Amino acid sequence: MSEIALPKIDSSILNRKNEIVKKLSKLTNIENVLSEADELRPYETDALSVYTQTPLAVVLPENTEEVSEILKYCHSENIKVVPRGAGTGLSGGALPLQDAILLGLGKFNKILEIDYENKCVVTQPGVTNLGITHAVQHKGFYYAPDPSSQLACSIGGNVAENSGGVHSLKYGTTTNNILGVQMVMMDGTICRFGGKSLDQEGYDLMGLICGSEGLLGVVTEVTVKILKTPEVVRAALIGFPSIKEGGDAASEIISSGIVPAGMEIMDKALIEATDNFSKAGYPRDAELLLIVELDGTESEVNELIKKVEIICKKNNCSSLKLSNSEKERLSFWAGRKAAFPACGAMAPDYYCMDGSIPRGKLAEALLEIKKLSEKYELPVANCFHAGDGNLHPLIMFDGNDKEQLRKTEEFGSEILKTCVRLGGVITGEHGVGIEKRELMCEMFNDNDIQQQLSIKKSLDEKNLLNPGKVYPILRKCAEEGRVHVHKNKDKFPDLPRF
Amino acid sequence: MYIKVKACTPINEIEQVLSENNQELAFEPIDFGYIKEGKSNKGTIAGYLSCNYAGSRRFKVGSVRDHVLGFKGVNGKGDIIKSGGTVVKNVTGYDLSKLIAGSFGTLVALTEITLKVLPKKDSSKTVIIYPSNFEQIYDFFNKLSSSSSEISGAVFVPEESKDKDFVIKKNSVFKFNDLKSNVSFIAFRVEGDKISIEEKINNLKKELKLSNSDISTLDVYQSEPFWKKVNNLEVFEKTEHNLIRMVIPPANGSKLCKYLENNHNYFVDWCGSLFWIEVNSKKEEKIKDLKKMAKDFGGYLTVIKTSSEYDYGEAIFTVDKVRLMISEKVKQSFDPKRILNPGKMYRGV
Repeated sequence: MSEIALPKIDSSILNRKNEIVKKLSKLTNIENVLSEADELRPYETDALSVYTQTPLAVVLPENTEEVSEILKYCHSENIKVVPRGAGTGLSGGALPLQDAILLGLGKFNKILEIDYENKCVVTQPGVTNLGITHAVQHKGFYYAPDPSSQLACSIGGNVAENSGGVHSLKYGTTTNNILGVQMVMMDGTICRFGGKSLDQEGYDLMGLICGSEGLLGVVTEVTVKILKTPEVVRAALIGFPSIKEGGDAASEIISSGIVPAGMEIMDKALIEATDNFSKAGYPRDAELLLIVELDGTESEVNELIKKVEIICKKNNCSSLKLSNSEKERLSFWAGRKAAFPACGAMAPDYYCMDGSIPRGKLAEALLEIKKLSEKYELPVANCFHAGDGNLHPLIMFDGNDKEQLRKTEEFGSEILKTCVRLGGVITGEHGVGIEKRELMCEMFNDNDIQQQLSIKKSLDEKNLLNPGKVYPILRKCAEEGRVHVHKNKDKFPDLPRF
Repeated sequence: MYIKVKACTPINEIEQVLSENNQELAFEPIDFGYIKEGKSNKGTIAGYLSCNYAGSRRFKVGSVRDHVLGFKGVNGKGDIIKSGGTVVKNVTGYDLSKLIAGSFGTLVALTEITLKVLPKKDSSKTVIIYPSNFEQIYDFFNKLSSSSSEISGAVFVPEESKDKDFVIKKNSVFKFNDLKSNVSFIAFRVEGDKISIEEKINNLKKELKLSNSDISTLDVYQSEPFWKKVNNLEVFEKTEHNLIRMVIPPANGSKLCKYLENNHNYFVDWCGSLFWIEVNSKKEEKIKDLKKMAKDFGGYLTVIKTSSEYDYGEAIFTVDKVRLMISEKVKQSFDPKRILNPGKMYRGV
């Protein structure tokens, strides 16, 4: 396990484990409370598996009232709580704490209502992202945000992380595609924001909750918008002889007024890795591969494809292939969607980064990452959501080699600092979690962070809900004088500072 | 695809700069100048963001809050704070831009705003259809919003009104081509390149079972001013009465239309979700009924403009106890001494 500072363990809670487990068993069915070592093991980590922690106990409530009772109890007894959806998060947002209850929403797995007239689906948070589309696709509808993990990730987790995906350029991220949430606050209060109507009056509390990484409340119901499936979807696979030419073509497509449904870039290292892995038929001579997907009515798509072809040819593309069937379109995506496992096949471990940059800085960012790869002597493969400037460099390393792990983390953090320097941000869609906590100071100053902490404090005064996540608590920030400590009184005195 | 502006930059100036670069604010800012002064006054971007009132394209492209990428401002403690950035994909920290949108200046005095912009559409066309009853209105709305041939605007303007002045106004505002403004009509807009506009309209005609004799069509030169008039709320120009903005899930729309018939002047936007309702100053007690109705239908209403004698107080917004409690806490975290626009949001917030 890599070293990571976590909130100070409250030994009095550990000592009360039996009593706490007993009480939890009264608040939900006894079989919904897990406390034996073997039962806890599957919950020790999320998809950021370099970090593991064994929770005090796992509780899997079955309805909102149970969640409320559990949180009320934990609140009154000062027991920390870490909420967890499907555990597919890449930033450690659901990493357990030894003195905390892990609150799993896995049993909230039902779609409650499909309302075609109002174009929405009311669902429990444990339903998978793709599960929503599956429930409505026979009527020609779908749910737009599509994170790569959509087969497994839960909609509640999507709300916590404000998940995006390949199609978020045109259709937005989770926050743009939900209409309402039901949520339980740390003190057990059940609240509802939004509903089936567009917008809400008063403060946009749903907007605040979406992307708050489980720090402000536990979502127990979500109402999502559904969209009509486009009549025609086609993709183009375009190879370029240089990073610059490909990057310029991507920028020109957007500035010409085209809004593709998806636009992805892969570099040479990833083209080879994925083509070896999934035999997607990618142009292996290309330095950069652009996948552009266009949707709409038939003539609309044809018109857009013509425009894309002209732009790519003008920027010296070396190959251009259009999908002529749904099967072919999916095969274009097969390689891109296999990017992570393909890297997994090339090295014992890989580390996926998630910065965002202004799209125009794409070539600059790629060249910088190349330099860093040479500096740290670690191979890196790059994929980008090119339309929205969200980049996912995949650093390959051997996790058993502690020095390599250290170098990887440093490399990753330098990539994210580069993103900030180029006018971007440290996380586009994976969340801050435990992973990028200390980098928050790269983007925000004391005032910015204190404002966010004030909100946290106002809704969870005892800092019991998912503590130790998102906000910097470590040496690096404190040393650089960026965390404001007023008269020696920290907002959260239980958090360790080194 | 973004524009960063000082908070009090006039919307007009932003739209002009964007237009020169073939871009636009896709949420179609409403021009509230007409209802107040009878002439254009779009105000500033900070004012607009603080209200979060999007125009006719809302149901397709999202509201103002969906287009804000970041902001800088000063909170009630005097701290200069920022949130978000210039990139579309950003999940770094709480999304305070959403909270600021629609907060009526009660949390932060904005100083800088970054907005997502989108390319202007090549062209547009508007088709007018004439439903014969309330059920048919919402049947059309439902079919329009369920089609793969996407529309970017759909309004319903009713015929019925006992108010003769309103009828005259309505007829003069919607004087276009062969549009029959003396009867109820639905207008829907299709945008894009010219070829796909034709294709979409043909698809929609089939889906809605419309023949050419049933409809009127406005080409781009008429379509654009038509939607400007809708978004300027010109039928309520210089109204001396109360103007209500009600948003409900569209499935309850036909019930609301039935209630409004002959009771109030109104029209429906956002493909059946947004109701603009004029409540005569002599019937102010009716606002309470409307408020109850909005709640029962799963929506909300906001009093946009009040007549001179109306004491609006708490009536501007509706809120339940839990949301009020959370709103107070959020307010406290930005502005503990309540010096920013006190009472503007809710009494005490």
